Amino acid sequence: MIELLVDNRDLYLTGFRNTILLFVLAGIGALVVGALLAAMRVSPVPVLRLVGSGYVNIFRNTPLTLVFFFFAFAYPRLDLLDVPFFTRAVLALVVYTAAFVCEVVRSGINTVEVGQAEASRALGLTFVQTLTAIVVPQAIRSVVPPLTSVLNALLKNTTVAAGFAVAEAGQITPTLSERGASVLIGMVWIAIGFLILVIPLTATQRTLEKRWSVAR
Amino acid sequence: MTSILYDLPGPRARVRNRILGVLATVGIVALAGFITYRFWVTGQFEGRKWEWLLYKDMQLQLADALGATIRAFMVGALLALAFGFLSAVARLSEHAWLRAPAYAVVELFRAIPLVVMIFFLFYAAPQAGLQLGVFWSLVVGLTLYNGSVLAEVFRAGVQSVPRGQREAAFALGLRKNQVMRSVLLPQAVRAMLPSIVSQLVVLLKDTALGFLITYQELLFEARYLGSLAEFGRPIIPTALVVGAVYVSLCIALSLLASYLEGRNRRHRFSERALPVPDAPNRAWATTSPS
Repeated sequence: MIELLVDNRDLYLTGFRNTILLFVLAGIGALVVGALLAAMRVSPVPVLRLVGSGYVNIFRNTPLTLVFFFFAFAYPRLDLLDVPFFTRAVLALVVYTAAFVCEVVRSGINTVEVGQAEASRALGLTFVQTLTAIVVPQAIRSVVPPLTSVLNALLKNTTVAAGFAVAEAGQITPTLSERGASVLIGMVWIAIGFLILVIPLTATQRTLEKRWSVAR
Repeated sequence: MTSILYDLPGPRARVRNRILGVLATVGIVALAGFITYRFWVTGQFEGRKWEWLLYKDMQLQLADALGATIRAFMVGALLALAFGFLSAVARLSEHAWLRAPAYAVVELFRAIPLVVMIFFLFYAAPQAGLQLGVFWSLVVGLTLYNGSVLAEVFRAGVQSVPRGQREAAFALGLRKNQVMRSVLLPQAVRAMLPSIVSQLVVLLKDTALGFLITYQELLFEARYLGSLAEFGRPIIPTALVVGAVYVSLCIALSLLASYLEGRNRRHRFSERALPVPDAPNRAWATTSPS
C-alpha cells in the first residue's frame, strides 16, 4: 500500500497542493463576498436587501455542479476575459460558498440583542463605534463555529473541481489507472488525505462551539 | 423598524438611504445589462439556439432526464433516512459495541467528500469485485453521506427532548425501546423535521454529481443538448433551462422546510425542543453547503 503512495508521490503532492490552494483562495474570496452580501442584507437600503436575499436564495438552491458546469462550458462562449480553468473553479466556489457565508454572518448579527445597540447609541457611541465595540465582538461568537462548518464543506466541495479536470486531489484516480496502479488503494489514500485535512477543522469547530457558547 | 445596526432613519438618513438606493439600482442594472449584452452579442438569444425546446423528442428526453434526477433523489432520500435513523439509534444505544462502530461510520462518511465517495464506488469498487453501476454508485454515495449527516440530526433531536419525558416514560414502566419508539422519536422527528427537509434539499442538489460519472440526469442532458450542432450548440440556453428546473425544485423543498419550521415555532413545546448545535437559524434553505 505504501509503495503506491511513494511511487506516485508527485501526483499526490500536486493534487493535494491544488486542493489546499483552491480551498484557501476560494475561502478568502467567499468570506469577502459573503461579508459584503451580509452587509447588503442588513443595510437600511431596500434595493440592496432585495438583491442580497435574491442572491442567497438562488445560489443556496443551485447545485454546485451546475455552477461549475456554467463556468466550465458556458463561460467560454460569452467571449469574456480568457482565464484559465483553475481561476474559474475558484470563482465557481466563491460564488456558491458566499451565499452560505452571508447567511451565517447575517444570522450571527441577528443574535445580538437590539437592546445592546440601543444602549450603546444611548451612550452616544457612533455607528462605527457601535459596530466595532458592541455588535461585532458579540456576533463573532455565534458566527465563527458555523463558519468553520461552512469552510469544512468548502474544503470537501473543492473535489467537484476534479470532476471538471482541475489537477486536484480527486483527479489522482484517472492518472493512477493510466499508470496501471491500483485504483482501489489509490482512492483509499485520497480518502485518508481528506480525513487528515477535515478532522482538524471539525475539531476546531467543536472546541469553538463549546468554548464560545454563551447563555443569552 | 429598529434594527440592531441602525435606528429609525431621520430626514437626513432617509435622503442618504434613498441616494444609496438609487446608486445601488444603477449599479445592479448596469451589471445585469452587461451580462444581457454579452448574451446578446454572442447570439444566445437567437431563435435557433432555443428551437430545440419546440421538438417533441427533446422535450421527452428532458422529461426522461428529470425523471432520472428525481428517481435518484427519491431512492437516495429513502435510503438515507433509513441509514440515518439506524445509525442514530445505534449511536444512542447503551451498548458500547453498537455505539462505537456507529460513531466511527458516521464520522468517517461525513468527513469524506461525496465526490471522492462516488468515484470510489464507481471506479474503485469494481476492482474489489463490487459492480454497482452508475445509478447505484450515485445513490449509495448519497445515502452514506447524507445518511450520516441525518444521523447527527436525529441524534441531536432525541437529545433535545426534555429529560423529564424520558424519565416519566421509564417511571411508567415502559421498556427501553418503547421509550425510544413511542416517546422520544416522535417528538424528536417533529422538532427536527425542518432540518431533515433541509438536508433532503442538499441531497437533491447533490444528485447533480451524477453528471461526473455520466449518470444521465438533467445536467448530462444539458451537456448533450448543448452540443448539438444543428441548434448552434446551445449550451447556455440548455444550462439556463436546466438550472431553472433545479432551482425551482430545490426552492419548493426549501419552502416546505421553512413552512414546517414556522409551524413548529407556533407550538410552545417545540420551541423549547428546537435549539440544535448544528442548526443555527435556517431562513428557508440549507445552512451549510452540501
